[in-house]
Amino acid sequence: MSLKYHVTPTDFTRAGEASSDVKNKLKKLGVSPDIVRKVAIAMYEGEINMVIHANGGDINVDITPDAIVMQLKDVGPGIVDIDKAMQAGYSTAPDDVRSLGFGAGMGLPNMKKNSDTMDIKTVLGQGTTVTMTVNMPE
Amino acid sequence: MTVQAIKELLNARVLNGEDALQNEVFTACGSDMMSDVLAHVNDQTVLISGLCNPQVLRTAEMMDIVCVIMVRDKQPDPGMIQMAKDRNICLLATALPMFTSCGLLYKAGLRGGARIGE
Repeated sequence: MSLKYHVTPTDFTRAGEASSDVKNKLKKLGVSPDIVRKVAIAMYEGEINMVIHANGGDINVDITPDAIVMQLKDVGPGIVDIDKAMQAGYSTAPDDVRSLGFGAGMGLPNMKKNSDTMDIKTVLGQGTTVTMTVNMPE
Repeated sequence: MTVQAIKELLNARVLNGEDALQNEVFTACGSDMMSDVLAHVNDQTVLISGLCNPQVLRTAEMMDIVCVIMVRDKQPDPGMIQMAKDRNICLLATALPMFTSCGLLYKAGLRGGARIGE
């Protein structure tokens, strides 16, 4: 199954709708709750990042019997220093984002923690593509 | 501890989920930072927050949080209450501040569920 979503830029109230839809679909497919939770958290963090940092973007989710692959693609500013961005607590989010409950610098580390593999391709001024895979249990 | 017991301890109003009052809660998390909730929280948790926006409910949905308690007399708007209904999330509101709310629940036996450093 392949799912496609467009993440609307700057619409903070709607951020998370795509993740919510994926979570519901996985539950209906009978995927185990642990896997559903990992996918939901990883994708929601990514979706929030797209709204905060990257003027929205597009998400593709492929669900196969072996794995769930989430590809989050934006045409935002790119990530200046991926190593720093992966450090827990490091954030470049503006203060107004923190007043909304985000920007604690936990997003990318939490996405990595909840996925089995995570790959980040980023080009400054052109955008970022994050691909996360959560494997189905054997 | 049940959600009903929490409601009584905090003298809280039920904004959604009267039918969930007998649900069992094992741990609690008090935070206004949803990033931290998403990074650290366990199952069967109640979330105590002074943040009053849709992302609190969205976070609760992603984490399978049993109940959300709004502290400091925050009044969620009708859109937020509807969102809690649609997602079957129990939503309480208390006039007590965060520290007092957490203290009362801790004294009554509820413990923190955050897994820091794992």
